[in-house]
Amino acid sequence: MAGWYALVVVALMLAGFALARGRAQSIAGGDYAGMHSLPSYHGLYTASLAFIPALLTFLIGSQIAGYLATHSAVSALPNDIQSDILRQGAALREVVNIVRGGPVGSASAEIQSAAASYSSTLFAAQWITLASGVFIGLAGLSWGLSRISMNFRARNSFEKMVYVLLWICATIAVLTTIGIVFSVVGETYRFFFDPAIKGKPTVGEFLFGTDWNPQAAMRADQGEINTAYGFLPLLVGTLLITVIAILVAGPLGLFSAIYLAEYASPGVRAVAKPILEILAGIPTVVLGFFAALTVAPYVRGWGEAFGLNVASESALAAGLVMGMMIIPFISSLSDDVINAVPQSLRDGAYAMGATKSETIRQVILPAALPGIVSAFMLAISRAIGETMIVVMAAGLAANLTFNPLDAVTTITVQIKTILVGDQEFDSAKTLAAFALGFVLFFVTLVLNFIALKVVQKYREQYD
Amino acid sequence: MTDITAGGVSAPLRRVEFDTPAAKARLRGRYRSEARFKSYGIIALCIAATFLIALLASIFSRGIPGFFQHYLVTEVLVDAAKIDPQGKGDAATLRAGDYTAVARAALAEAVPGVEGRQMKKELNSLLSSGAGDALREQVIANPSLVGQRIKVPLLLADEADLFLKDSGTKLLVLSETRGIATPSAKTGEITILVGANDFADDIAVVKAELKALAASIDETVALRKERGATPESLDSLVKEAVELRRRYDAAATSETLDSKTASRLVAINGGIVKIKEMSPTSVKGEVILPLKSTDDAAPGTWGIRVYETPESNRNLNDLGVTFLEELKAKGLVESQFNFAFFTRGDSREAELAGIQGALVGSILTLLVTIGLCLPIGVLAAIYLEEFAPKNWITELIEININNLAAVPSIVFGLLGLAVFLNFFGMPRSAPLVGGLVLALLVLPTIIIASRAALKSVPPSIREAALGVGASKQQAVFHHVLPLAMPGIMTGTIIGMAHALGETAPLLMIGMVAFIVDVPSTLSQSATVLPVQIFLWSDLPEPAFKMKTAAAIMVLLAVLFVMNGLAIWLRKKFERRW
Repeated sequence: MAGWYALVVVALMLAGFALARGRAQSIAGGDYAGMHSLPSYHGLYTASLAFIPALLTFLIGSQIAGYLATHSAVSALPNDIQSDILRQGAALREVVNIVRGGPVGSASAEIQSAAASYSSTLFAAQWITLASGVFIGLAGLSWGLSRISMNFRARNSFEKMVYVLLWICATIAVLTTIGIVFSVVGETYRFFFDPAIKGKPTVGEFLFGTDWNPQAAMRADQGEINTAYGFLPLLVGTLLITVIAILVAGPLGLFSAIYLAEYASPGVRAVAKPILEILAGIPTVVLGFFAALTVAPYVRGWGEAFGLNVASESALAAGLVMGMMIIPFISSLSDDVINAVPQSLRDGAYAMGATKSETIRQVILPAALPGIVSAFMLAISRAIGETMIVVMAAGLAANLTFNPLDAVTTITVQIKTILVGDQEFDSAKTLAAFALGFVLFFVTLVLNFIALKVVQKYREQYD
Repeated sequence: MTDITAGGVSAPLRRVEFDTPAAKARLRGRYRSEARFKSYGIIALCIAATFLIALLASIFSRGIPGFFQHYLVTEVLVDAAKIDPQGKGDAATLRAGDYTAVARAALAEAVPGVEGRQMKKELNSLLSSGAGDALREQVIANPSLVGQRIKVPLLLADEADLFLKDSGTKLLVLSETRGIATPSAKTGEITILVGANDFADDIAVVKAELKALAASIDETVALRKERGATPESLDSLVKEAVELRRRYDAAATSETLDSKTASRLVAINGGIVKIKEMSPTSVKGEVILPLKSTDDAAPGTWGIRVYETPESNRNLNDLGVTFLEELKAKGLVESQFNFAFFTRGDSREAELAGIQGALVGSILTLLVTIGLCLPIGVLAAIYLEEFAPKNWITELIEININNLAAVPSIVFGLLGLAVFLNFFGMPRSAPLVGGLVLALLVLPTIIIASRAALKSVPPSIREAALGVGASKQQAVFHHVLPLAMPGIMTGTIIGMAHALGETAPLLMIGMVAFIVDVPSTLSQSATVLPVQIFLWSDLPEPAFKMKTAAAIMVLLAVLFVMNGLAIWLRKKFERRW
């Protein structure tokens, strides 16, 4: 059906353009200079008058059609299924499966009759939508045609529509943020306050609990396994790995940036920059594979050589590779801010007899400090939100420990573990993942905000 | 200089001496610290480069063997009785034929004389369950092959392939001359008698192995005790060590070989016997490859083979190793480039698994992504850069875009799960939803890159267009946008490369299912290349580690090409105003 809709919409649009342009040309009769808008603008205007209403009709109509069809299928189901929301959902899935051409054989007679009423309603509603879309599109088209005249400002009208389109595109970013906020905040609210959810913690238990064990008993015979949603071990694990990563990437990234910005010859830059860019472009799943298969055994081997007890999924291995991931991040941002320090400051320091390193340490770095701080903030927020490296190289055990040689787990690992695979949407476990997502979103938001404010507040004005 | 200032300024300045030893030392110190500071930068860069090299080396060394596969290349009788017993010759019959049986028959022909159910099963397990697939395609394409003998490559199973690739076992042929040996039979359980105490030394070696094994178990026990393991959990290990010691200490004349020590086999009279029990003057064992005769073997014509890795530490048992060595000795095993890696979907069998499904899934997903985020991103950038009034709404939009660029990707996965899947009821695991989520993810990147490209077009272009009477939109769409297009394309390609490597949000929307079929529509279940890498890396079979690295190489190659394209575009169309 979608194919038919698309075909009709495109046909209306093309017809509108061709008819309107032809008509404008014949009205102008060669006197284009006397006409306010070019014939092609009349064409575009009429085409959009046909296109937009038809498209909207189809978009709304297909939703209504789906709703009506579902409604008719539900009313065709026996009463006992209708009253039970879970069985109703299962039955509807089966109905949709049959309508989409799935196997009919195993379905009961009620389901089959519901499927029949579903498909007949859907069919009728879709054809009505198509017909009304064509009608409305044609109406828009003829109205557009009727407005064509020497003085009609088709270009201005069309440009207004384009302006609206541009504005809509720009606001999609805002809509995305709203979508994120709604999806995580709504579920998080339910996680803490929805009375229908069993085994949920209070906000205090979540924030300050030291046990994390969301695995509820799967079957009755496994007995009651106590679930616990203490967030602290995850926070500590995340911070531990992040700290290791920053300890690795901070000095390395900053010194590379200083070298590249202040010392390197163009030749060295031409080699070193691409190395950092390649490092930045490596997908994190690849880094995770490297961490789990190469770095972790190495770390373990070294630890064992020194007589230390290293877990096979140690925080150190994950943190090292995470650090590797954010080196290019820190170095490119710091490189930019160091380059932005005006040359006059350097020249002043050199004139006083300072060596290059003294200039860098005492003049350039202080001047670039806000930018470097914000680079570190962004790097931290990236490390906290990174998923694949820790999923593959860090563990699942929620240990509350500061020992980098132990296995720890992180917020992102837990979100991934809970949400991958089938999940019931109304269990505390699933909602816990959204609560973790909310924490993640909130923390990164705050870090970005601080980074932005640091730059704005402490930026030295040199001009 | 000091003289002049001394005259003009009221307070006399302190004289600075530059040639005192103290000043010189200070200067040297400053230069040293300068050199030190500079070397920090070089060291940092070198460490970063080392990281990259180590990463690539680790991936490539694992991945390159993953592109090759070992085949048994031998004459295969395309037996009409197994493929087309009624002689119909139509495609459906040919497709349904039992090609596995054909392949197994060819293998049995290549290693003659293997008897017994267990042995035959071991032999057949060397072949992949898909060994007949290539043959099937060949026969369907050319039905006249039925009944003929043709030479085709038959795919080996992953354990055999892995054994041939990195040879998990060291093979040792002990060639010192021993006395005359007399086997008792040609097949089955046999005894081989030798004249002198020929096996006394071997028994000593086995005992040494037992001792070493016991010592290593002791070490493990000690280590685990240190880590706080309970004595009960270590009981079985301790008992094992005691038993090994007992065997070592016993002055027994015969020694039983088991899967914990190196395997020893006797190659005699054209056959191979696996030793089970060894005494100084005789061995008892099981025939793996039948002997040609029971004649006395002269000194120098027979010998002992040692598979040094104990059987329990290998994926391939002694039978498998022996058969493979036999095939290798006959020159029937070949390593070929594994084209099927690019033309097959996922599989539970490592040797049959390919990345085509994931590649197609990635392409479909990226098509959705680029179809959405290129127009939306460019139009948004045009609005913000060229038309947006300076007010709080614009500011809000800009802050939003900058923030979205830094939101963790897994949060976009949560958005996809909650909004697209649960609210709009879109299909799980579909490239459509994956593409939508990735489009939202890379939208900020594309908007920021497009704005930079638009900004780099000088205002004179706009002013010239406006000056000859163009409307503002005409100036932008007819003049500024075309000039900014190379920059926009570069940003888009980099954004797409980012989307191609993204894994976490796709895990959230269920693109992690095990999917064998290659997807063909946007709403079908599919997976993408990075997710496939993640899935494979999780599997325990060592052969999949190789496949994972090989898939990573493909992913990196695609990313390399995309980034190269972006750089080329930038270089070609770069314009200095």
